[in-house]
Amino acid sequence: MASREEAPKVNAGSMADIAFLLLIFFLVTTSIETDAGLDRKLPGESDISVPIPQRNILPILINGEDDLMVDGDITDLKDLRALTIAFLDNGGAPEGSENYCDYCKGPRDTESSDNPEKAIVSLLSNRETSYGAYVTVQNELVAAYNTLRNREAQRLFRMDFTEMERQYFANETPEAVKKELKKKIRKIQELYPMKLSEAERN
Amino acid sequence: MSKFKLKKSTHTPEVSTASLPDIVFMLLFFFMTVTVMKDSALKVANELPNATELRKLEKKDRVITVYIGKPESPFDKTLGTEPRIQIDDKFIAMSNFGATILAKMNEKPEHIRPFVTVSLKVDKTASMGLISDVKQELRKIHALKINYTTYEGDAFLNMNAK
Repeated sequence: MASREEAPKVNAGSMADIAFLLLIFFLVTTSIETDAGLDRKLPGESDISVPIPQRNILPILINGEDDLMVDGDITDLKDLRALTIAFLDNGGAPEGSENYCDYCKGPRDTESSDNPEKAIVSLLSNRETSYGAYVTVQNELVAAYNTLRNREAQRLFRMDFTEMERQYFANETPEAVKKELKKKIRKIQELYPMKLSEAERN
Repeated sequence: MSKFKLKKSTHTPEVSTASLPDIVFMLLFFFMTVTVMKDSALKVANELPNATELRKLEKKDRVITVYIGKPESPFDKTLGTEPRIQIDDKFIAMSNFGATILAKMNEKPEHIRPFVTVSLKVDKTASMGLISDVKQELRKIHALKINYTTYEGDAFLNMNAK
């Protein structure tokens, strides 16, 4: 006869089955969704257009066949990043002038952009262009900016720009650190402001 | 006759399954934490393009998701194969798009409305024509923050889409 002091044991053998049931339910009903992408800010409706000298614009065209033309030449997509970096980092304004860029390491070609602040990338797409190609071009442009911004962030703050941004947007970062980071991010963004103009041609 | 003679067991010892529930629970919690509940059933093809320079969409409550792609079966019979816009569970006509986004924005608390981001989940085979129209509409209603939502991966793979 069992002793009275001992509590009766619950049979836990079916626990695994219950847990499996729950597991399968979650496996079926959920999907690992992506929640990351390329951030963009659209221009407001009433953008006033001011005439800009040709040398400060990098025209990028994508046609309906997803072919790429940069600055008048047919270009492979793989070269786009390097071309964009060369254009942004050119710093063509002569030393002593108010537009002179003292942190640029580019070729200082007077036919190309004066300084990163003046440099504008103009992206022209066609209605038939595939979205995949468009995103690839956007990705390469962001990569070009990030490369330059990382370089300057490393020089000034010994830290990658992308890492600063990641920490700034992370929830676990304390407020004080965020404030400090925001100042640094602003500073880098002023050095290489992202100026992307988009248009569409039929 | 030894006193210490071992008792011969007649069968092999069983493997204890007592820790099986723990293992399964661990898996369960893993899936519960890494997955996001689907809030709407997809009615359009949605193979997102790849990109490398990603930025995470941190605050879920500030995101409005717009799906664009070819209607999937059985909707392709009535709607054709041209890319369509889907918000929540419904197909939205281009003429109605701005109003729908505005309505979605009005559902959000007032203090977060200026920070609302429109996440564009567009199939990589879709053409830019529709996307430009969508962007024009978003400009009209001053929803200027957008995010081209992508998978992480080699961006050059997108080019094989055509």
